Amino acid sequence: MAGGSSQSGMKAALTLIGKRFASSLLTLLLVSVTIFIIAQLLPGDAAQEALGQSATPQQVAALRHEMGLDRPAYVRYASWLTGMVSGDPGQSLVANMPVSEVISERLPNSLLLAALTALVAVPVALAIGIGSAMNRGGRLDRALNVATLSMVAVPEFLVATIAVLIFSVKLRWLPSIAMASEEMGWGDYLRGVAMPILTLSVIVIAQMARMTRAAVIDQMDRPYVEMAVLKGVAPVQVVLKHIMPNAIAPIVNAMALSLSYLLGGAVIVETIFNYPGLASLMVNAVTSRDMPLLQACAMIFCAAYLLLMLIADVTAILANPRLRAQ
Amino acid sequence: MDDMPPFSRRDLIGAGLGLGAGLILPDGALAAAKPRIGGRIRVASLSSSTADTLDPAKGALSTDYVRHYMFYSGLTEMDRHLIPRPALAERIESSDQKVWHVRLRKGVTFHDGANLTAQDVVWSLLRHKDPATGSKMAPIAEQLAQVKAVGSRDVVITLIGPNADLPAILAQSHFLILRAGTKDFRVANGTGPYKCAQFSPGVRTLARRNPNFWKPGKPYLDEIELIGIPDEVSRVNALLSGDVHLVIAVNPRSTKRIMASRGHALLETQSGLYTNLIMQQRQLPTGNPHFVAAMKYLIDRPLIKRALYRGYATIANDQPIPPFHPYYRADLPQRSLDLDKAKWHLQRAGLTGVRLPVYASPAADGSVDMASILQEYGSRVGLKLAVNRVPADGYWSTHWMKHPLGFGNTNPRPTADLLFSLFYKSDAAWNESGWKNPRFDKLLLEARGEADQARRKQLYGEMQGLVRDHCGVGIPVFISLIDGYDRRLKGLYPVSLGGLMGYQFSEHVWWEG
Repeated sequence: MAGGSSQSGMKAALTLIGKRFASSLLTLLLVSVTIFIIAQLLPGDAAQEALGQSATPQQVAALRHEMGLDRPAYVRYASWLTGMVSGDPGQSLVANMPVSEVISERLPNSLLLAALTALVAVPVALAIGIGSAMNRGGRLDRALNVATLSMVAVPEFLVATIAVLIFSVKLRWLPSIAMASEEMGWGDYLRGVAMPILTLSVIVIAQMARMTRAAVIDQMDRPYVEMAVLKGVAPVQVVLKHIMPNAIAPIVNAMALSLSYLLGGAVIVETIFNYPGLASLMVNAVTSRDMPLLQACAMIFCAAYLLLMLIADVTAILANPRLRAQ
Repeated sequence: MDDMPPFSRRDLIGAGLGLGAGLILPDGALAAAKPRIGGRIRVASLSSSTADTLDPAKGALSTDYVRHYMFYSGLTEMDRHLIPRPALAERIESSDQKVWHVRLRKGVTFHDGANLTAQDVVWSLLRHKDPATGSKMAPIAEQLAQVKAVGSRDVVITLIGPNADLPAILAQSHFLILRAGTKDFRVANGTGPYKCAQFSPGVRTLARRNPNFWKPGKPYLDEIELIGIPDEVSRVNALLSGDVHLVIAVNPRSTKRIMASRGHALLETQSGLYTNLIMQQRQLPTGNPHFVAAMKYLIDRPLIKRALYRGYATIANDQPIPPFHPYYRADLPQRSLDLDKAKWHLQRAGLTGVRLPVYASPAADGSVDMASILQEYGSRVGLKLAVNRVPADGYWSTHWMKHPLGFGNTNPRPTADLLFSLFYKSDAAWNESGWKNPRFDKLLLEARGEADQARRKQLYGEMQGLVRDHCGVGIPVFISLIDGYDRRLKGLYPVSLGGLMGYQFSEHVWWEG
C-alpha cells in the first residue's frame, strides 16, 4: 500500500480521535448528570440505607450531616464534579474510604476476567463465524446456526447454574465460587474463573459469531469476490485476504459492543460465582445509595464503552482504503 | 452446665469455675468428643458489600456480627439458654439494678499486645452516645447516665433507671470492647479469639487464631475465611461442592438438597424472628379493634408454617415472645383460623365489602405469600384485600410503617425488655402499629427494674397477653433459622439469637478433616 494513503489514514484517525475525545467528555458529563438525577429519584438516601430498619430520625439527620447529604442536590453535584475534574472521585459514603481505593481493588479483577474471556471468545467466534459463512447453506452452517441461536437465547444465569451443578456439585472439578485473592496462584485463579469465563463466552461468542457470519456473507456476493474465485484463489485465501479487510469494520464493531458488555454487564455472573468485580460493586453502590462510588463506576463503564467504540472506528478507517483517503 | 442456676443479680454473676467449664464443654453427646486444634474453614454468610465494617457499633447484618465476634469480646456473653455470663468482666453486679460494678478479668490483652484496662471499657461504651459514631445502639446507650473507671480494673456504670437486663444488653455484638481511642477500622484490634489478617469490604475477611485468647485452649481453628454469598442457590452450591464449610440462611426449599448429601447436615435454630402484619391504630378502618380481631382470625398459621417455611417455623400467637424463651407465657389460648369469628368482627366493624390495599415486599420475609393467603381467606368473609407488592430496595425507609396495612420483619433481640421497648412501648420509635397501652408501659418499666425472676416472668406474661389481645400486630409464626455445614465441622449447636450459633460459632467449633 502507498505511504501517502496510510499517512492520510493516520491523519483521519487522529482527527477522529481528537473529535471523539471532545465528544466523549461531553457524553461523560451528560451521563453523570443523568445518573445523579436518577439516583436522586430512588427512595431513601445513603444515611437511611446505612442505618437500616432500625434508624431513628435524629440518627438519620446526624449521619446525613456527616455525609454532607443535607446540602442541596446541585451543591453536591458541583462539589463532586470539581473533585472529579481535579482527579479525585471523592470519598465513598458507605465504605468510609476513598472511592479510588475501593475501585482499585475491583477494577483489575474485572479487567482480567474481561480480557481472559475475550481471549477465549474472539478466536472461537471468528472461527465459527467464518466457518459457517464459508459453508453457507451447508450442514455445518446449519448446525452452527442452531448452536449460536440457542446460545443467544439461553439466559446466562441458567448456563451458570447448570455449569455449577455439573462441574462443581456433581463432578467436583471446578470451584463453585470464583475468589480472587493475592496469595492465590495462577493455577488456582484460572480454575476459579473457568466457569465464569465459560458462561460469559457462551453469550458473547454467539453474538460475535453471528455478526461475523453476516458480515462475511455480505461481502461474498460482491463481484470482487467472484473475480477472485474465478482467478482460482483458494477459498481460505479469498476469505482471509479479500473478504476480511472489507468485513472487518462491522466485525470489530460487534466485538467492541460485546467486550464492553463483559465489563459492565457481567453482574449476573459476578453474583452467581461471587466474583469481586466492578459490576457487583456498582449494584452495591445503587442499593446503598453511595453516590460517589456509583458515579465513579458509571464513569468507568461509560469511558470503557466510548474507548472500545473509538478503537472500532479507528480500526475501520485504517482497514478501509476509501475511508483512509477521505 | 444445664443445671447451673441462672445468674442472680444480688450475687456476683457466675464468676470463675462454672464459667470455664460451661463454656468449654459442649452439650450432651458432643461432650465426649475432644476438640481438635487446627484446620482452616471457609464460611459463607448472607451479604457482603462496601458497607461491611469492623466497627461493632455500626454492625448491621449477620456478616458483621460474625466478624465482630471473631475479633472482639464483650463484657458479658450469652450462653445457649439466653442467660448472660461474664466474659471480659470477671463479675458484674448491682444491688439496685441502677449502679453496676464491673470488675475486669486480669491479664487480657488486645491483639496489639496492650492490656485491657477500665479506660478501654469506658471509651467503648460511651462512644455509642456520640452521634458521630453512628451507633445502632444509640437509643439503648441513652440509658447509660455515667460510665466511670475506678482504678485500672473496675468500672462503675450508672443507668438513668434500674435495668436488670444490663448484662444481657452488654453481650450484644455492638457493645464489644475496643481499644480506647480506636479510629482506624481497616484492621481490628480486639481481645477476641481471632486476629484480623485481612479485611476487604465486600470481598472477604481473613481471621487467624489468637494464641493469647483469654479463654484457655480456645479457639480451635487456625484460620477462618469469611465471605458473603448473597445468592442463596450459589451459597448452597458452594457448600455442596466443598468450597465452603458452613453457610448461613439456607432456604427451606434447599433443605432437601443438603439432607441428601452424605457429607453435609443442617442446623435448625428456632428463633424469635418474625414477619408481622401491621394494622395502623392511628387511622380507620385499620384502627378499629374489630377489624384487628378479624384480621388475626384470618391468619392460617399452620398453612404458613407448612407452605412458606416447610415446617421450619414455630406457630406464634400474635405476641413477640417465642415459646422457648424463659419468659414465655404458656397459658395464653392459641389463636387460630376462624372464618365465622372473622366475619362477625368484620360485620361489627361495618367493613364487609370494603376494599383495602395491603403492602408486602420481599424485604419482609414471606410477607408477599402471607398477604396472598390473607387475601384468599378475606374474600371468603367479604373483605377485599388488594396485595401491593413493592420492591425490597428502600422498603424500610419508604414503605414500612407508612401504610395502614403492611408488613414488618423483626429480628430476635436478646431480652424481652429490648423487644418490648423497641417495638411495643407507646412512644417507641418503631411502635409499628402505633398502639397505646398505659398499662403495658407501666409493666414494662416495672419489669425492667425487677430482680426477682418469678415476678418478672409474671409481668412479662401479662404484657404478652396485652399485646396478643389489643395490639395492632398479627404474628403468624416465628421463623426458624437454618444453617448448612460440612459434617467434618464439629461442636455446633443452636443459639436462638441468630444463625451460626448466635453469630458466635468461631470460638466454639473445631475441624476434623
